[in-house]
Amino acid sequence: MIRKLLAFPILALVVILQTTIVARLQLLSGSADLMLVVLAAWALQEQVDTAWHWAVLGGLMIGFASGVPLVATISGYLAVVGLARLVLKRVWELPILAMFFVTFIGTLIFQTISFVSLAASGDAITINDAFSLIVLPSVLLNLLIALPISAIMRDLGLWMYPMNEEL
Amino acid sequence: MKNYLSRSLQTTIIFLVVAGILALALSGYLNPVSNIFSGSLVNFQTWVSTRYLAIADFLTVPRDVAALRQRNAELEAEISRLQAQVIELQNKVAETDTLAALVDFSRSNPTNTYKAAAVIGRDPSPFLHYVIINRGSNDGIHRGMPVVTNQGLVGRVDAVIGGAARVELITDPSSVVSVFLQNSGADALMKGSVSGDLNLDMLSQDVNIQTGDVALTSGLGGEYPPDLLVGQVSNVRKRESDLFQEATVQPVVDFSRLEIVLVIVNFRPVDISPLVPASSP
Repeated sequence: MIRKLLAFPILALVVILQTTIVARLQLLSGSADLMLVVLAAWALQEQVDTAWHWAVLGGLMIGFASGVPLVATISGYLAVVGLARLVLKRVWELPILAMFFVTFIGTLIFQTISFVSLAASGDAITINDAFSLIVLPSVLLNLLIALPISAIMRDLGLWMYPMNEEL
Repeated sequence: MKNYLSRSLQTTIIFLVVAGILALALSGYLNPVSNIFSGSLVNFQTWVSTRYLAIADFLTVPRDVAALRQRNAELEAEISRLQAQVIELQNKVAETDTLAALVDFSRSNPTNTYKAAAVIGRDPSPFLHYVIINRGSNDGIHRGMPVVTNQGLVGRVDAVIGGAARVELITDPSSVVSVFLQNSGADALMKGSVSGDLNLDMLSQDVNIQTGDVALTSGLGGEYPPDLLVGQVSNVRKRESDLFQEATVQPVVDFSRLEIVLVIVNFRPVDISPLVPASSP
């Protein structure tokens, strides 16, 4: 129960950091998605059993702060967690490679969902602009923060699931 | 008697020798000898003094180093505190300058009522050009209210909660603003884009638009009050084959450095959608 409740302050902190700092650090028009990388790093830990809850909660929080439709943020983060869980079952020898893979593909999936949902709601965004100015720079920035975030989330996972680690 | 004479003679001789030496010394004949003597004495005293000071330093310096280190740490802490204070004061000066400019702006536009708000965040999605401000419905902010700075138009309130609001910037891809070009007298629609550029659309080919034309809100459509400064035309693309000509507007507001904005709280957007005739099937 406490493990699930801890998601609230942690993800709230992530949303605050995302809106106040990370979203301001732009490359072209893209920016890193701290929530996506945090959820990917969290879901890539075998002992973690709350990844799906975190994805829904993270999607709700980001959807509340963002103009992107709520259904897009929730489904996007669920897709990222699903990808991470899928990769986890394949037993990658290097966890960091799995992290980079999930971050790369997950960002593409999430940005595609965001783009489609915004285009459906009437935003005039061309696919060329979206890809070259937003998606690619965002992928690069997410990959840049993937390594430190992965280390932090791994420590957090070991702290929250100490028994599983000993086993 | 003999002893008495002998003692007197000795005294006399000693007196004469001393007197002679004094006479020689006073007359300067003993200077070389006294120099040698005094020089040796000074050298010896110097040697002793040097060694004494070295030993004294050896015994006292460690205590001084500890005291100096403590003092140094205190001074460094003081410097850090003062540097933090300087930065804080510089920030306050910058904030005061910004607020003063906003006050000047609000005084020069007395018809509008403003509510100042700080920009506390940006939209998490890079697809959207929104900012979050720290004023909401508790402060009388409503959806659709225009947001400006002393430089010009920023955008309009898109969503509101009790203590905060989300503002759609005019650079957002879904933003459309009716503008009026001051020099050419033309009306146009200004649209945002993913890259943050502002493009003028629906400009008739007959209109002569020049680079540098000032764009103001026209008030058409009822979403923004008229005569708010938006920017200047920076580029014109006119091709004979096109139905309309296009232009790019350079906004006067630096959207990357938005810190404090003014919400025009006495303006309510007009919903003209019921007046727009439905398109025929």
